[in-house]
Amino acid sequence: MKALFYPGCAMQRNARAYLDSLLAIRADIDLELEEVADWNCCGATEYMSVHRVPAHALIGRNLALAQRQAADTKLLTAGCSACYLNLAKTDTQMREDRKLEVTVNEALAAGDLHYDAGSLQVRHLLDVVCHDIGYAAVKEKVVKPLYGLKVAAYYGCQVVRPDYDDRWDSHEHPTAMDRLLAALGAEPVDWALKTQCCGGHMTVIGPDVAYGLIRRLVHGAAEAGADLVATLCPMCQLNLDAYQVEMNRHFHADYHLPVLYFTQLMGLAFGHKPADLGIGKEFVDAAPALAKIQVEAPPEAKAKRKRRHRPEDGLPMPRME
Amino acid sequence: MSTVSTPDAQQDRGGFLARVMAATPGDNRLNMCIQCGSCGGSCPSGPEMEHTPRRLFALIRAGESETVLRSNTPWFCVSCYYCTVRCPQNIHITDVMYTLKSMAIRAGLYRDPSPAGFSETFVDYVEKYGRSFELGLATRFNLRHHPLSLAGMAPLGLGMLKRGRMELTPHRIDGMDQLGAILDKAKELEAAA
Ligand code: SF4
Ligand code: SF4
Repeated sequence: MKALFYPGCAMQRNARAYLDSLLAIRADIDLELEEVADWNCCGATEYMSVHRVPAHALIGRNLALAQRQAADTKLLTAGCSACYLNLAKTDTQMREDRKLEVTVNEALAAGDLHYDAGSLQVRHLLDVVCHDIGYAAVKEKVVKPLYGLKVAAYYGCQVVRPDYDDRWDSHEHPTAMDRLLAALGAEPVDWALKTQCCGGHMTVIGPDVAYGLIRRLVHGAAEAGADLVATLCPMCQLNLDAYQVEMNRHFHADYHLPVLYFTQLMGLAFGHKPADLGIGKEFVDAAPALAKIQVEAPPEAKAKRKRRHRPEDGLPMPRME
Repeated sequence: MSTVSTPDAQQDRGGFLARVMAATPGDNRLNMCIQCGSCGGSCPSGPEMEHTPRRLFALIRAGESETVLRSNTPWFCVSCYYCTVRCPQNIHITDVMYTLKSMAIRAGLYRDPSPAGFSETFVDYVEKYGRSFELGLATRFNLRHHPLSLAGMAPLGLGMLKRGRMELTPHRIDGMDQLGAILDKAKELEAAA
């Protein structure tokens, strides 16, 4: 199937592993992606906090560009939770609020663009994989089942909530990613925190709040017996992975719970090489967990592991001393 | 035809509720709050908030605009949408939090400049390049708001660079003029509304 694709800023760099793994598996699941040409930042959760109408116009430009490109598909997909939700939010609220639709289009006209609310179907990548491509088609492509790997499916907030189009079986305890992981041969663990907040931008503006949320999640997943966490969002990955190290320091804790994208796990099960899936770019080394399924981490990841002990590699964050 | 609900005059002292609702796109239903407290009970940031969302909405209805816009509550909202899906009245609580943030910035009423500073720094990059830029964002934000923490940030930045997870220079989109024209027009329309 074909979809227009909005990568978003994070996938270009911080979450490059997400993009690389998606590109690696797209042929396996017969997903043709066409990038929205010259897309701009979605504004994350920040733009809307400063300017409301311009925030919708910013997102509106992406929708308008996508609509113009939408010759043989109406499906617009994004891998980042915030990108997905922003696109869906502007589309939904333009549909629901005529005044907003007129205003956004008046702004877009200044750039010779126009968006007809409701003309695209905005969907998160996990939604497309689970509900359109389907578990059976995924299972068919598995050549290296992830038997014995215990994975905590982590959905975070903004994909399953507010869920404008009723895509998910639950806003608090969804099962789609769990079923996907089971199709890959992995063992999804039962845990209660799968849609709790990763801390969002609080890691930057209020780290103490964020560390508390991160610890709860990491502890919850570890306690449920997970070898690793599977995520669907660059921000969730960054907070749970890079900031896990700083959270450990903050609480004098010693968690080592790797956080990979669900696309990376699909890639492993489809038999791709870890290096082609961006494995090794994570802060909390996934190699010990992957050894359980006889996957060897790529050489560059090993080199990085050795350097882990150098103090400047210790990690993030505002230190006041 | 618009399907958006509006408050009746009796329950809105000073028109503040109407202003918040008008500035929140979509059918936000803020006037339908029954003060049940489900929102505060669901909120991961609840303990850090000066006012629970429920209490904030009572203050909005009472016309206490200054107390509301000075509250740290919207700034501690992490947009998790728990309150929104649990609210029995289908109020778009998270969207209202965005409205309150932008109103507080405009009125110059937020007390801790740090969260608003982060949002504004982010906006600056988007308006200049059309893309966000993590390294510049972190550096500029910390320089301005947590200068002492810059040294502490360095290891994270270094770790990100080593793993190829951070850019050294921002990417600029081709249609920057187009985007600029759209955003200028949108700001003009927002100011006129
Ligand atoms: S959950 Fe909804 S109705 Fe209940 S107090 Fe909060 S906003 Fe009001
Ligand atoms: S969306 Fe904001 S106000 Fe609502 S529960 Fe989450 S953090 Fe609290």
